[in-house]
Amino acid sequence: MAKTQSQNSLGKSKGKRKVDRLPVLKTYKLYLNGGFPRTESGRSWKIEDLNGSTRAHLCRASRKDLRDAVQAAAKARSAWGRKTAYNRGQILYRMAEMLEGKAEEFTQVLQWSQKRTRRHALKEVEAAIDRLVCFGGWADKFPQVLGCANPVAGPYYNFTVPEATGVIAVIAPDAQPLLALVSLLAPPLCAGNTVVALGSESQPAATALFGEVCATSDVPPGVVNLLTGFRQELLPVVRDHRGVDGIHAAVDDAEERRTLELGRAENLKRVRVLDAGAVDWYDPRECHSPYWIEPFLEMKTIWHPSSS
Amino acid sequence: MGHPKQESTVPSLESDKPQGAQGEGEAASHRFDDLAAETLWDYAPAPETVSVPVADRQGLFIDGDFCPSDGKEFFPSINPANEEVLSEIAAATQADVDRAVQAARKALPGWAALPGHERAKYLFRLARRLQERAREFAVLETLDGGKPIKESRDVDIPEAAKHFFYHAGWADKLDYAFPGRQVRPVGVCAQIIPWNFPLLMAAWKLAPALACGNTVVLKPAETTSLTALRLAEILQEIELPPGVVNILTGGGETGAALAAHPKVDKLAFTGSTEVGKKLAQSAAGTGKSLTLELGGKSPNIIFEDASLDQAVEGVIQGIYFNQGHVCCAGSRLFVQEGILPEVLGKLEWRLKSLRVGDPMDKNTDVGAINNREQWQRIQDYLQQGRSEGAVLHQVGDSSLPDRGFWCQPSFFTGVQPSHVVAREEIFGPVLAVMSFRTPEEALQRANNTPYGLAAGIWTDKGSKIFEMAGRLQAGVVWCNTYNRFDASSPFGGFKESGFGREGGLQGLRAYVKLQ
Repeated sequence: MAKTQSQNSLGKSKGKRKVDRLPVLKTYKLYLNGGFPRTESGRSWKIEDLNGSTRAHLCRASRKDLRDAVQAAAKARSAWGRKTAYNRGQILYRMAEMLEGKAEEFTQVLQWSQKRTRRHALKEVEAAIDRLVCFGGWADKFPQVLGCANPVAGPYYNFTVPEATGVIAVIAPDAQPLLALVSLLAPPLCAGNTVVALGSESQPAATALFGEVCATSDVPPGVVNLLTGFRQELLPVVRDHRGVDGIHAAVDDAEERRTLELGRAENLKRVRVLDAGAVDWYDPRECHSPYWIEPFLEMKTIWHPSSS
Repeated sequence: MGHPKQESTVPSLESDKPQGAQGEGEAASHRFDDLAAETLWDYAPAPETVSVPVADRQGLFIDGDFCPSDGKEFFPSINPANEEVLSEIAAATQADVDRAVQAARKALPGWAALPGHERAKYLFRLARRLQERAREFAVLETLDGGKPIKESRDVDIPEAAKHFFYHAGWADKLDYAFPGRQVRPVGVCAQIIPWNFPLLMAAWKLAPALACGNTVVLKPAETTSLTALRLAEILQEIELPPGVVNILTGGGETGAALAAHPKVDKLAFTGSTEVGKKLAQSAAGTGKSLTLELGGKSPNIIFEDASLDQAVEGVIQGIYFNQGHVCCAGSRLFVQEGILPEVLGKLEWRLKSLRVGDPMDKNTDVGAINNREQWQRIQDYLQQGRSEGAVLHQVGDSSLPDRGFWCQPSFFTGVQPSHVVAREEIFGPVLAVMSFRTPEEALQRANNTPYGLAAGIWTDKGSKIFEMAGRLQAGVVWCNTYNRFDASSPFGGFKESGFGREGGLQGLRAYVKLQ
């Protein structure tokens, strides 16, 4: 593996052996509306590994990219919400299958800019796979757990059903770049929301790579959109964008939290901001709960008279 | 059923005739035919005679006691039906807010630690005592707020009692409400409520908060403090531990001070979207949890295959109930094109029989507008609707009293979707009537609003009901009925009508932390 790793490096090979074949390097791009465009701004930033070698150049998404992503997500919303829950569940499961197949590549990428063993990185990938499986399973069950029939005092049939909120912006923290991203994205997604996600800023490659998982899993275009970029530049746009209906974020910084929570004042966004350091991302009891889906559901209560 | 004039516009569940019944529609159309030829009868006054004494000056309720405000400022609470001053109410200051929040904080550990079944018994007691004093509260509510006595008697007070009774039963069952999670109270809750259902909104806020082990500082609306303060008497009677509920009277400044208080853990607000957004701004980054129940511009949609008499009755209930001071009022009526003339005819006929006037008269259908400011706002909207080219219809012939704030039940035709009366919440007895051709068009136009509180659908076709109900962006969808409420039925909106639910299982969520 170490061999592949060094061969993937953009910098000059540190291998002692003579390179007999020049490797084909991957260009990392945004994942937007089902395609892989570069940022419209043409900007990129360099990702180095712990030895200071350049690993890749990532697209630095602009406000315009974010707006385009929201537009794509808004357009995709109705069809995704109206797919059967069974179908959405299978698509999330398919994402897990694809991620499993790419586990090796993700494991490598996760070791680029963080000092961790291969085993440790693989553990993160495996937890992310399990998370997708879990929320794939929730897709056709959470309405039964979170909705109900209500015994109103009168001749009415009355029931409460959860519906997806709409377009959810996901803001992933720096640490656990794959697992946290998937943990924040899968719950709203399984319920029929569409997602615009901004990945880890310090380790963005996993986010860009995750687009390949979505693109090969029958996720319809626009349902998941993945951006790499700088929080300072993009968070205020998320906050102010009226096409964004909710925010699912984990941050370390109090000011970032406040920025995102101000989104409520803009258009009553549904905002759930976690303290990134306080979440045990590996704990299924904490992270596999339907109460991670609930903030991005609208409870609809339907009345009808019942009489003959 | 008697003369249609006597038909209640009140959505009381107990007394309600089931809608959708086959025979009902026929009976209604016969009445319509018979009556079209008749002149409408006059009614002798039927005033509610119970008199309820009101203290000249009223203060705050903090830490289990009625106490004077730290400041010297009082504001009058008037009867909107005759503009007479009922009482002078203390305007709570920042120091009062501090005192009340401190009392709530002090009471929190004890109240939260009480076994659920013990907390429950306080709430059951509260519900029972409120039922016992129901008539007194109904009269006081009508005096202070201007709503017809039959509404406060049949809806506001009994529903408030029901809310306490319903939530009492949850107090010891919270572990079953949130499977797989341990339930903890959120802490000290600041609750700010509006003037349209003063006691009922207090009950909506207090009952779930207390059942879940939270303590509360409640601020009633400036124009309707009286029933909340009288509820404090009941809190004393039932021996609720001091500090568990504190009540601060005052206006917007008091509300803002309470909302911004750093020792408050949760903020619950019912009111306008404008104020709700300001509160969301002040809460950002503070760690406070927030639920908002805000405005609406709810669509009521009648299809050609609906039972039209029932539909028109539902439209009347939807918009003229409580003078239209209802956040979920069905203020946009969409009628399928082919039946528009017939629906307008029936609407006009039915409006003629609505009795507007003395709220204390048991026959009154539409009472006084709650306050002068709101009255002026409604007048402005009526003016604006006409100047934008819509046609105003005020067909009622009730002669309005000389004093007080009154508005004839009104509807506009010739309304364009871009008109202000079709877009903005009026919060008065004003309906905007529009037409549509296809279900798809009805859906698009109904959803074309930043609000998403409620919606009504009238059709006899089941599959159409579910298709529409599924695609309307509204937190409450009434099918072949309108303006029904129940303690077990969650209420709250999509989009800019707020977030969080009140009532039912889902309503508990706002008042618990899950671990």
